[in-house]
Amino acid sequence: MLKYALKRILLAMVSVFVIMAIAFFSMNAIPGGPFAKEKAPEPAVQAVLEKRFNLDKPVMEQFFLYISNIFQGDFGISLKTGREISTTIFESFSISAKLGGYSILIALIMGLILGSTAALTRNKWPDQLIVFFTTLSVGMPSFVLGTLLLLVFSLILKVVPAWSIENQNYVLPIIALSLYPTAHITRLTKSSLLDVFGQDYIRTARAKGVPRIKVIVKHALRNALIPVITYIGPLTAYSLTGSMVIETIFTIGGLGTKFVTGITNQDYPMIMGTTIFLAILMVIMTLISDLLYRAVDPRISFD
Amino acid sequence: MRKFSSDKVPRKKLLSLHIDVDRFLPATSEQKEQQVTMLPSTTFFKDGMRKLFKKPLAVFAIVVLSLMVLTIIIAPRIVPYGYSEIIKVEGKRDRGLKNLPPFTYSEMEQEAIDNGADIFPHIFGTDELGRDYFIRVVYGTRVSLTVGLFASIIVLVIGLLYGSIAGYFGGMVDLIMMRIVDIIYSLPDTLMVILLSVVLDKVIGESLHGTAFASIGTNMISLFVVFALLYWVGMARLVRGQILSIKNNEFVLAARAMGASNWRIIRKHILPNCMSVIIISTALQIPSAIFTESFLSFIGLGVQAPMPSLGSLANFARGGMQSYPYKLLIPAIAICLIVLSFNLLGDGLRDAFDPKLRR
Repeated sequence: MLKYALKRILLAMVSVFVIMAIAFFSMNAIPGGPFAKEKAPEPAVQAVLEKRFNLDKPVMEQFFLYISNIFQGDFGISLKTGREISTTIFESFSISAKLGGYSILIALIMGLILGSTAALTRNKWPDQLIVFFTTLSVGMPSFVLGTLLLLVFSLILKVVPAWSIENQNYVLPIIALSLYPTAHITRLTKSSLLDVFGQDYIRTARAKGVPRIKVIVKHALRNALIPVITYIGPLTAYSLTGSMVIETIFTIGGLGTKFVTGITNQDYPMIMGTTIFLAILMVIMTLISDLLYRAVDPRISFD
Repeated sequence: MRKFSSDKVPRKKLLSLHIDVDRFLPATSEQKEQQVTMLPSTTFFKDGMRKLFKKPLAVFAIVVLSLMVLTIIIAPRIVPYGYSEIIKVEGKRDRGLKNLPPFTYSEMEQEAIDNGADIFPHIFGTDELGRDYFIRVVYGTRVSLTVGLFASIIVLVIGLLYGSIAGYFGGMVDLIMMRIVDIIYSLPDTLMVILLSVVLDKVIGESLHGTAFASIGTNMISLFVVFALLYWVGMARLVRGQILSIKNNEFVLAARAMGASNWRIIRKHILPNCMSVIIISTALQIPSAIFTESFLSFIGLGVQAPMPSLGSLANFARGGMQSYPYKLLIPAIAICLIVLSFNLLGDGLRDAFDPKLRR
């Protein structure tokens, strides 16, 4: 286990490094420096600015300086607003974390309930209904769903108020963000439960007269949950990137909105900082879910 | 060919393993009838296709997709408007032509029709610049489908080559190649796609000026480059896994023992066995590519401005969502139909072709 964990942590560190390298060097490859605006500053001013942002040093040195700054929590300064990117990230991340956290939670709970219902009522009407629902929601991009929800419930029916700072209503954004992962977890739970139901130890438990509900909860569901754990990593990645679109649609000022406005404003340090921050978060979550998966399932060998 | 009759075959000698012909009887006509084949023998492909067409959902998906393909081929030839053309009435600019509801004409157009002019109806109305919305949706669908198809082909080719090299050679080559795959696989793909699209748009854009690629648009090219750089890893893993597991099967050993050449083993035993899995995963790659493209277009990184894509159409329609909800609904429904159909088709293909699911 220890060897496996070390290997995974090493891989995670390598990928974080690769992400930083890709982010840094690709942004560096963009023609025109950050101060090459239509009205170029005086050469003296330019020199001072370049010195301030270490742009006068060779590229490799800049890269390592950038990395060491990141590990000290310094992501640089936004070209547009002139604020520290790290403060922007930490301010807006709480909103995104709330949105993402709730939708992950709801996706997990709903997915497990729907998935086990579908597996238990296989080929009857609840199962068919759930299959219909999952097929539909897998084929619907979150931005389509988000705009439709906003249109129907906030603008036409006026049931749910649109998001604003005073009235932070997360219902619609959470629904829009959690529908796809709910469908995915439902499918996952259903197929793994059906798989487990066919195992010998379930038959043994039944033959020994264990009550049906106990067989399902204690014997089947516990083992069926294992594949769901592996999905936690991708799920986090999905809700973090999905929240970019959802936040833009519902005009929620979270990290996703900051990222998208960074793209529209061509605010490269902002794009770079946010990408690296989100990527590190995703890599860590994938690492945790992978390690959990191995720790929970004793059948998996560690080589 | 020589004919053998029972008396020509030499008689069995004592203790020899030779067949004793006397103990065999000629088959009666009744017995011969039982030998008649009930079904003509089918190939793997034909059998799979037969199964595929028995699934109502898969047939639905095929019908929807073929209708869409037909529309995007035929519609631009029938509808007289271009996707970026601001419609003029008898050569004059018409300000009343903006944001028309479906199947209506502006006042100037109505006048022209009354005067005997022939004006093609605006099936989905017009947009805020006075362009025909139907043709824009058609071109948007075209872009989405093209991106999906080409991106999957790129992924297929790179993944197939990389995966089969790693799987076939094994050893050190495999180890190094798969470590690279592991690293790329662990990168968060959507974020990297966004980052690379931002950069490639700027980097390639400069160098493309005046070449044939410029007409396709830099964003489209950068989208393909991104797919070629990042999305092949899943396919490479799949192909390598398939080849590794098939390579060590008994039937390959048997074929080798019977003296089959390497080429014959690859062609007759390994490729047909992994083809079905590869085809299925390519079919499922298409909707995910379309998803990614519409996502990128939606946040403003998709195809170049006058060229529409379903994602960017939906994004622009958000502005006038309350007044013109159909402008949002039409591209939204189109994306959903495409993605849903490809998903259903992929599921159908998996049920029909995956050897592990056959019984």
